[in-house]
Amino acid sequence: MKIAARHLDKMTIFDVSGDIDLANSPELRKALLRELRELRTPRVILSLKAVRYIDSSGVASLVEGLKASRDVGARFILFGLNNTVREVLQLSKLVKIFEIYETEEQAVAP
Amino acid sequence: MGRSSLLLKMELLSNPETLCAVRGALGQLAEKLGFPEPECRAIVLAVDEALTNIIRHAYRGDVEKPIEAYFRRVQVSRNGALSDALEIVLEDRGVTVEGAKLCGRALEDVKPGGLGLHFIHQSMDKVEFRRKIGRNQLRLVKFLHVPGPPKGS
Repeated sequence: MKIAARHLDKMTIFDVSGDIDLANSPELRKALLRELRELRTPRVILSLKAVRYIDSSGVASLVEGLKASRDVGARFILFGLNNTVREVLQLSKLVKIFEIYETEEQAVAP
Repeated sequence: MGRSSLLLKMELLSNPETLCAVRGALGQLAEKLGFPEPECRAIVLAVDEALTNIIRHAYRGDVEKPIEAYFRRVQVSRNGALSDALEIVLEDRGVTVEGAKLCGRALEDVKPGGLGLHFIHQSMDKVEFRRKIGRNQLRLVKFLHVPGPPKGS
């Protein structure tokens, strides 16, 4: 898994690629919690276009990011879900709790 | 049970870094057996989650413990007839996981963790766990659905 951050006006976009599994989900969790809890970025956006696989530990990291965003009053947004990621989120029955968009344009819109 | 043929055996260490190799091999094996793409993904997810549980719970994060994985094409009884299926058996020598940990959690709870077992049950047709001579053995079965003739033929 690779994570690259783009810092825009009052928002950060994380471009995540590769597989999110037990070996690297702590890295994703750490990046999200730092951005939300320490840096207090008002809008944190995850591009999942290039994610090939996500397991339950990856979903758990996303849930932690969402909870942290609620705690600090920030927005936590996902976009670009492919079939693999969408199926896993649907299986978890957690898909409805996330703010999800198809494109980056929609995710960054005011 | 009917015929059984071993397709693949893997001897792994309980290191999370090995998971991607298992996913790659299993995805190709399932595809080769004729499972449709969504079912290939479901099988890969179930096995990945089962291995994750072994690493986290049975071996408590120790990355150098042995795991054996057997992948067989089998015929098993289903509704009174024999059906082709992929059988996956995962064996470890770790501690027995308590029943409560194996129960997962209510999905209404919006909290991290506890999803793995739910994914396994949702993805596979049979999930059986047993303790055998100091080993944990998890047996997962996915039936191969051979398409029938078109309606009206």
